[in-house]
Order: sequence, then C-alpha cells, then structure tokens
Amino acid sequence: MSEESIISLKNVNKWFGDFHVLQDVNLEVKKKERIVVCGPSGSGKSTMIRCINRLEEHQEGSIIVDGIELTGNLKNIDNVRKEVGMVFQQFNLFPHLSVKENITLAPIWVKKMPKAEAEELAMRQLEIVKIPEQANKYPGQLSGGQQQRVAIARSLAMNPNIMLFDEPTSALDPEMIKEVLDVMVDLANGGMTMIVVTHEMGFAKTVADRMVFMDEGKIVEEASPDKFFNNPESDRTKLFLSQILHQ
Amino acid sequence: MNEKIESRKPPVATTGIIGWLRINLFFNWTNSLITIFVIYCLYQFVPWILDWTVFSADFKYNYLGQQITNQEMCSRNLDPKNGGACWAVIYVRFYQFIYGFYPREEVWRVNISYVMLAIALLPLLITKLPYRKIFLNFTYIFPIIAYFLLNGGFGLPDISTNKWGGLLVTLVLGCTGIALAFPIGVLLALGRRSNLPVISMMCVLFIEFIRGVPLITLLFFGMVMLPLFLPEGIDMDGLVRVLVAVTLFQSAYMAEVIRGGLQAIPTGQYEAARSLGMSYWRMNFQIILPQAIRISIPPIVNTSIGLFKDTTLVIIVGLLDLLGIGRGTLADTNWLGLSYEIYFFVSLVFFIFTFGMSRYSLYLEKKLKTGINMGAD
Repeated sequence: MSEESIISLKNVNKWFGDFHVLQDVNLEVKKKERIVVCGPSGSGKSTMIRCINRLEEHQEGSIIVDGIELTGNLKNIDNVRKEVGMVFQQFNLFPHLSVKENITLAPIWVKKMPKAEAEELAMRQLEIVKIPEQANKYPGQLSGGQQQRVAIARSLAMNPNIMLFDEPTSALDPEMIKEVLDVMVDLANGGMTMIVVTHEMGFAKTVADRMVFMDEGKIVEEASPDKFFNNPESDRTKLFLSQILHQ
Repeated sequence: MNEKIESRKPPVATTGIIGWLRINLFFNWTNSLITIFVIYCLYQFVPWILDWTVFSADFKYNYLGQQITNQEMCSRNLDPKNGGACWAVIYVRFYQFIYGFYPREEVWRVNISYVMLAIALLPLLITKLPYRKIFLNFTYIFPIIAYFLLNGGFGLPDISTNKWGGLLVTLVLGCTGIALAFPIGVLLALGRRSNLPVISMMCVLFIEFIRGVPLITLLFFGMVMLPLFLPEGIDMDGLVRVLVAVTLFQSAYMAEVIRGGLQAIPTGQYEAARSLGMSYWRMNFQIILPQAIRISIPPIVNTSIGLFKDTTLVIIVGLLDLLGIGRGTLADTNWLGLSYEIYFFVSLVFFIFTFGMSRYSLYLEKKLKTGINMGAD
C-alpha cells in the first residue's frame, strides 16, 4: 500500500508554542485518490494540509510527497511545491496583476516557459474554470467565486500532480459556492489527486473516496463516505455530523 | 386633473459658475465671511508682491537705464521710492548659481549633462513614450556617462569637484542620493524582515544607527572619518564622501518607509507565491515589492523631497550648493543687502523641483490605482 502512496504522513507532530496542533498524524494518499478532510475549527486540518507543501514546518515524523521527503532542504521543498498546487480560503490572487498575468507568472518564471506559450496555457486553464472572458480584468473587479476559480486555474497552470484545497468555499457568498464546487468536481472526475478541507458535505458525498475526520490535532476517523455518513464509529464524529447536518 | 399648476421659480442653480460659487464660497454666512476675508487679504498681498517681484523690479537695468553691476546701482538703493526687487544680482551671478566655479570653456559638459538628465527622466515621467525601453536603458547608463562627462576622463580634462557648485551640486547630491538610496533601502527593508538572524540583526543595527544620528553628523563623519577607513594612498573625493554620507542616511529612511509597505502585504500573498514554487527573490520582486512600493509611494516621495532639501546642509562641510552660492553672493560687498532677492530665487528653484516631485507622486498614485482594488483579497 505504501508503495503506491503519493503522499505519506507518518507520526507527524507539530506544536505552535505549547499548543500541540498535530498529534501523531498518519495519512496515506494514493494516486488519483480524493480525500475530504473535515472537523471542527482548530482541529489542525488546515495545518495538516499546509504541512504537505511546507507552508508550515512539522517538527516530528516524516512527510513524503511523490517520493520526496520534506526536510529543511530548500531544493526538495521547491520540487514538492512544483508538484503540489494549493487553493486558499482567501483566494490570495495577486491584486496588482491581471487575471492572465496571475496565471502566467509561475509558468514563466518558475518553469521558464516562453511567454506566448504560457498565455495560451492560461487561456486553456481559464476555459476549464469557465471564465475565459475575464482574462484581462484585475482580481478586484471579479466576484469571489470568479476569483476562486482564477486561483484554481493559477494552480493548475503549473500542471501539479496533487491539489490541496484549504476551505475553498468558506469565504464565498452562498450563491457562488456552486460554481467553484462544479469546477472541483470536474477536476476530481479528471483524475486529479485531491485533498480538500471543506464542510461542504454534499461535495464530499459525491466526490470523496475517503473521509478524514480530525479533532484536537488527531485523526479521529478515516472511512469511506458511505460508512462515514451513515455509520460512523466514534462518538465525536457522530456529534460533529449531527451538528453540521442539522444546520 | 385639469387644474392649472402655478408656475414656480426655477430651482437654485447648483451647476455652472454661479452654482460653484454658491456651494464652495457662499454656502452659509461663516463661509461667506471667510471668503470675503480671504479675498481682502489677497487684494492686499497679491498686487504688492507682483509689484515688488515684477512691475517695479530691476532685471538688468535700473530705472535710469544703466546696467546694474553692484547693489548701489539698484533702483531701490538709488531712490527708495522706486523700491522693487533687484534681480540683477541673479542675472550677474547666474552662471555661479547654475554651475558653481566650473570653468567656462568646459561648461558645455554640464549643459549636456542637464539635457541628458532631462532625457533620462522622460521614460519615468511618460509611460506611453515611444521606444520607452531604449530610453530606459539610457536612464540606467546615464549616471556613468554623466560621471565621466562632468568629472573628466576619456580625453576630457579633469574638473575637480571643488570647482562644482550651485544647482549642479544640488542636483548631483539629490539625484544620486535618491537613486542609490532606493535599491539599498529595498535590500535593507527585506533584510530587516529576513528569517536569518545575522542578516536581520545587521540591518536593524545599520538602520537604527543611521536614523539615530543627525545628517550633519554623518556629513562630518563622511568628511573627516571616512578617509581613515580607506587604504593609505587612496584619496576619496570630497563630493563622493558627502555622497556616501547622504546615501547612507537616505537609505536608512527609505528602508523604514518600504518596510512599512511590506508590513501591509497580507501573508496570503507570500503563501500563494510560495505554493507556486517561486523562490524568495522571485516572490519579492514579482509579488511583494510591486505591491509594497505602490502603497509606499507617498512616504517615499516625502522622504525624497526631504533629502533634496537637506542637501543644503553640505554647506557645513564646505561644498557650495545652490544655497551656498547664494550665501557666498550675499557676503560679497558688491551685493550686500540683497538677501530677499537671493533667498527668494533659491527658494523658487527648490520649490520648482520639489513641487515637480510631488506632482509626479500624485500622477503615479493615480496611474497605478486604475483597475486595481488593493483592498480586495
């Protein structure tokens, strides 16, 4: 099993000061697998996926992404980041660049792609997220949903093997959530390896291969969506689900 | 339904000149009172200043038609009734004000440098300039050309910098100080925020030391102490020593201004750049600095204007900038007592340059704002 894993977390521990955010976290993700991570706020789910592309450093244990172990070695970190795309809750588009420039920036400077080729690539990615007509606007002129789709296109332009989503719809108005989720469903159907931190349970039921429930820095339950929603083992999961599904 | 509606008076004008006057100058009675008071002050002051500076002033000849060569020949000294400004002092000493004691047969070199400076500024001022890239390349190599042109070399006779003076020194100090301090300031600001303790400590020490010391002290330091640090036999030019001091001073201030801009950039911008695999320098030059500098434009221009005016302090270490030449002229028995004219002229020249800078900053802010909502994240 471990051989085919593209991401492997073993006994990962992390502290923020005295606060033990990740406690002996173990997670194996296979190629093309779609994982949905949920849990109450402060449970360490964002921290965990941020460790996978080293936006946060873990202090104990090992994280291996696509055969590369994440250590202090800067070259390894850069290589992992080229493999792993990330989409943030707050979109984090570059406000001084147009939509097209946002997308072409990394291919041009990190992958040394010729400008014309990068622009073609950017337009293809914008087609995928269904907003090619916004290419020359600035992020501040777009709605939240459109911005988040640009952010997805920007990550995809680096042709990553793995996509991490950190609560991608939490900062969106309700009517914009669907347009972003639709893009993510398309992506999942296309065979992308994905780890998604989200509370969109409808999305989880349709695309997830596996649900991961975290609480207080630990992975409490790992199960198929069917088992997770209908027959969860732990009481903590039951409580969480009853709260979140009865909104 | 068929009732006749009485015709009404037209509404009070809110547009046109009358409307503008009503809204801005005579909105209510306090507003009207202030307007009348200001008009009265302008009525008293403007004719007087125009009369003094232009209508009753001597430019080259006095009221008897003689060419003025010293202060005794000024109209107001011959007959107090004809009292206007005596601009002849500026006319006679104009060369010194603009070039200092630069030899007259070599002055074309300064003139060409002035023209080249104007050309070098063009691509910065006009973004839609045709062939802007070529002009920009010229802007980058301009300082090197200007250095050899003004100082000598490549067959041109050497002109020692102690012959330089007036506007030439003011511009050399101001432009070089501002242009060199900016990149150094950027590096210091980045260094201060660096995760590497040695680098950030060094930057903090440098910035705090330079900022904690008056510019005059640094000028003395440059003049007196800098040569002690140099290997024996190497004599550093006086102007260069002052330039080093001015640049160090300005770069510390610039660093703090830019650090302020850097702190306003949300961490999400760093994370997004990192997650795309960008290196530290790439991230800073493509993502962070363009945004940070954009928000820092007003304070950057503010400190630059401050430095441009502070260059007058070099008089303390014996360099004669524009103000220095003015003071030198005042000490000349031929031109005793013409301090109004001289200080007015010096102020006017400084005002033209600093006002230009402040307008440029407004233009930049306006241009960079278009289409970008920096608040949206």
